[in-house]
Amino acid sequence: MKAIEVNNLTKRFANFTAVDHITFDVAEGEIFGFLGANGAGKTTAMRMLCGLSLPTSGEAMVAGLDLNTHAEKIKRRIGYMSQKFSLYEDLTVRENIRFYGGIYGLTNAEIKSRTAEVLANLNITNEANVLVKSLPLGWRQKLSFSVAILHQPKIVFLDEPTGGVDPITRREFWTMIYEAASKGTTIFVTTHYMDEAEYCHRVSIMVDGRIEALGTPKELKANFNAEGMSDVFLKLARKAKRGDD
Amino acid sequence: MKQFLFFIRKEFLHVWRDKRTLLILFGMPLIQILIFGFALTNEVKNSHIGILDNAKDDASRAVIQRLEASRYFEVVENISSNATLEPTFRQGKIKMAVVFPVGFQNELLHENKSTIQLIADATDPNVANTLVNYASSIVMDYQNDMRGRLDLPYAINTELRMLYNPQMKGSYSFVPGVMAMVLMLVCAMMTSISIVRERELGTMEVILVSPIVPMRVIVAKMVPYFLLSAVNIASILLLSVFVLDVPIQGSLVLLVSECLLFTVSVLALGLLISSAADSQQTAMLISLMGLFLPTIMLSGFMFPVENMPIPLQVISNIVPSKWFYYIVKNVMIKGLGFDFVWKETLILGAMTVFFLAVSVRNFKTRLE
Amino acid sequence: MRSLLILLEKEFRQVFRNSAILRMIFMMPAVQLLVMPLAADYEVKNVKIVVVDYDHSPYSRKLVNKITSTAYFTLVDYTDSYNKALTLVEKDQADLVLQIPSAFEKQIVREDKSTLFLAINAINGTKANLGSAYLRSIIADFNQEIRLDWVQFPRMNPQPVIAISSINWFNPLMNYRFFMVPGILVILVTLVGAFLSALNIVKEKEVGTIEQINVTPIRKYQFILGKLIPFWVLGLVILSIGLLLSRLVYGILPAGSFLTIYIYAAIYLLAVLGLGLLVSTFANTQQQAMLLSFFMMIVFILLGGLYTSIDSMPEWAQWFTKINPVAYFIEVMRMVVLKGSTLHDIRFHILATFGFAVILNGLAVWNYRKRS
Repeated sequence: MKAIEVNNLTKRFANFTAVDHITFDVAEGEIFGFLGANGAGKTTAMRMLCGLSLPTSGEAMVAGLDLNTHAEKIKRRIGYMSQKFSLYEDLTVRENIRFYGGIYGLTNAEIKSRTAEVLANLNITNEANVLVKSLPLGWRQKLSFSVAILHQPKIVFLDEPTGGVDPITRREFWTMIYEAASKGTTIFVTTHYMDEAEYCHRVSIMVDGRIEALGTPKELKANFNAEGMSDVFLKLARKAKRGDD
Repeated sequence: MKQFLFFIRKEFLHVWRDKRTLLILFGMPLIQILIFGFALTNEVKNSHIGILDNAKDDASRAVIQRLEASRYFEVVENISSNATLEPTFRQGKIKMAVVFPVGFQNELLHENKSTIQLIADATDPNVANTLVNYASSIVMDYQNDMRGRLDLPYAINTELRMLYNPQMKGSYSFVPGVMAMVLMLVCAMMTSISIVRERELGTMEVILVSPIVPMRVIVAKMVPYFLLSAVNIASILLLSVFVLDVPIQGSLVLLVSECLLFTVSVLALGLLISSAADSQQTAMLISLMGLFLPTIMLSGFMFPVENMPIPLQVISNIVPSKWFYYIVKNVMIKGLGFDFVWKETLILGAMTVFFLAVSVRNFKTRLE
Repeated sequence: MRSLLILLEKEFRQVFRNSAILRMIFMMPAVQLLVMPLAADYEVKNVKIVVVDYDHSPYSRKLVNKITSTAYFTLVDYTDSYNKALTLVEKDQADLVLQIPSAFEKQIVREDKSTLFLAINAINGTKANLGSAYLRSIIADFNQEIRLDWVQFPRMNPQPVIAISSINWFNPLMNYRFFMVPGILVILVTLVGAFLSALNIVKEKEVGTIEQINVTPIRKYQFILGKLIPFWVLGLVILSIGLLLSRLVYGILPAGSFLTIYIYAAIYLLAVLGLGLLVSTFANTQQQAMLLSFFMMIVFILLGGLYTSIDSMPEWAQWFTKINPVAYFIEVMRMVVLKGSTLHDIRFHILATFGFAVILNGLAVWNYRKRS
């Protein structure tokens, strides 16, 4: 079974088509890179798949449920980590974990054991009762990710999760992603870092609201006769008519 | 100099782009003037009263008719018995009850004396007093008419003249107050918030590393709000003259220059707040608690200062709007000249210089 | 149900960690209740009078004595220049000028008639109204005394006299603070309800955490309830602090029952919270939310009958008070605290307020879109 199946999904705002009939699917346990220049429409597409925004037309199945009819149910099966920082700065690490665990319906016992797990994994057991705003950015991003997969969702959506983070933390972050994928979680990730695109199992590149390329990094490099993913990206992005917004 | 003009231009764009805020800033004085001018009045009229007529004779009906005809009263309840009197008050239907005794007319004709009872809801003591006064004088008029308007001997008449405000309009005392309130809001609150916001967003840093002199940055921030205030002053004055019929009795030049002096002093206060506050929320809170509430409570425009306990009267002296209110009231409403307000102007001027000096010093130390 | 509890736990933690909010919650009742009623004293006393006496007769002195012996008037000057008196009024050192004409006594005795001249500073309408009314009644009394000196009325008075007895119910001591304090309590509760709830929701928008909440299985109504309940509780806490303070400082004990006050306040808070929620759906930044609620509060409070009587307002303003929840609560507070009104007496107020609660919350929920 596919984790995500998208068929002709479209989003129009007034007289502007942000997402234009995109069609693709993502396999279970796959790390799917969703690339595109600023303004290409990838955030809008992602917001639709998470149920934050209603599609204008087209269908999608997310985690086995129809997006148009079961958006609320889908939310139980997915995790999401937004571009903006999504934890509460005025709550402590432990309180944030408890809060997000609670709203996904974990029992108190589950919350307790998983909190211990997360704290141990991130090696921040001593900082459990520290306000999140006093943590360094890299730790916060890793914590955000841990919180987003706390309820063991089928799919987790990551919107530019490593923006502004140093290379070492980024590597650690991707280790966490691989670990989650190896346990069967599907990863749907947007990024601007082309070295990260190389880590993905498959990559799609959006230009002006359409998907212009889709395949494994190896296939794409071969098709576009390019050295690395950066070249592929540049070749496609140059065709864009839409400005940076 | 050219750089400086660029900065002013940028600040204008900021103010101009936020249409929602701009609308409120211009709409606020408009609405306030309308509310204060038309809706709020200390005059008591159309008060709801109830009648308990135990007599139901010609005399009682005649008095009731006079009460009904008066603009002060509106008879809304006919109360049937003493027992229903209190519930009627408790349900808030009436502010006063007029009780006629059994055989009112009979007593008047045969015993030459009868008593009407006025029961007032003294929840609001002033309204109660005023209503009892009005009702008494209506009853007295009726009594004099009954006697056939005989001129009494040894009469002392009184002739009353209402000075400055012959029609007893509430707006006369409110217009200067609204002016103080609006200027406080536009100048102090908005300036302080806009400076703190730049610090919060980090754009202040960028500006400060540019070659412009820091003091000019501050002046540039103040210019748009200064002009905005000037527009507000003009619109309030125009509204009060042409819509509320509150004339400007004194010199327009004097009035406008006093307003501008106050504007500068409030801008300095805004700057002072911005140097003390670390977030927009704190800036708002300080302006609200430290400037806005004192303006409403202690400047004398809503509540008379002389009624306050001595400590509050002393504190009211350090509220700039108190002096501003006094000056505007005297110049605009009473039509007095500069020789009557020079002392207050001096105090306001001294305060302005003080605020400017302290805030500039504070701003500099924050930069270092 | 459990999601809701988790949301509430989080909200309470955040409120109690925010020092600005805590300061506002505990400072505001103290400052407003301690300073405002002292400042907001409309009671007319100490009318400052200046007498211009062109007569200097026994009668004129007797009249002046009679006026100054009352508690209402303070004689600031006794002069024989009207211009000097007027200057005192201009300088705000006097409120009222009483001018006694030359030959005042002679005119009364010989011509049966004389006229006193009053000039009053009418910028403060209440003071002008009441001051002149007091003075006139003193003059009428004085007139009566003179008349009795000169005229021997027939033993059987042929002329009917209507005596007037007046009683002041509910506030027999005519204490102005009893009038103001319940009204100020309403303002406090309203500020907490509308201001803080609006700011709180907008903050989640500004920071971006609302996005994260929107992808969780939390339902719209759960999120909104999670936001409303803490401020509902805070509103009732503020009310309790306020009632306690007004008992301790001003000795005000409600004539009606506390239960009535709390039942009404509980419904009222729902309406006000709905208003805050509605504001939060319109604003994107805290500054906008602040300005918007500030603007609305000013209109609601000024037209709510806190300072001036609603009966005296023009028709359009009276219509507005019918849709102004603040006006209802101010009236209810005064009714219950001073008059001892019961739930039955305020049933229409309750009904109207409940209506506001339903409409405002309905609009807010309709406007708050989880998915666009």
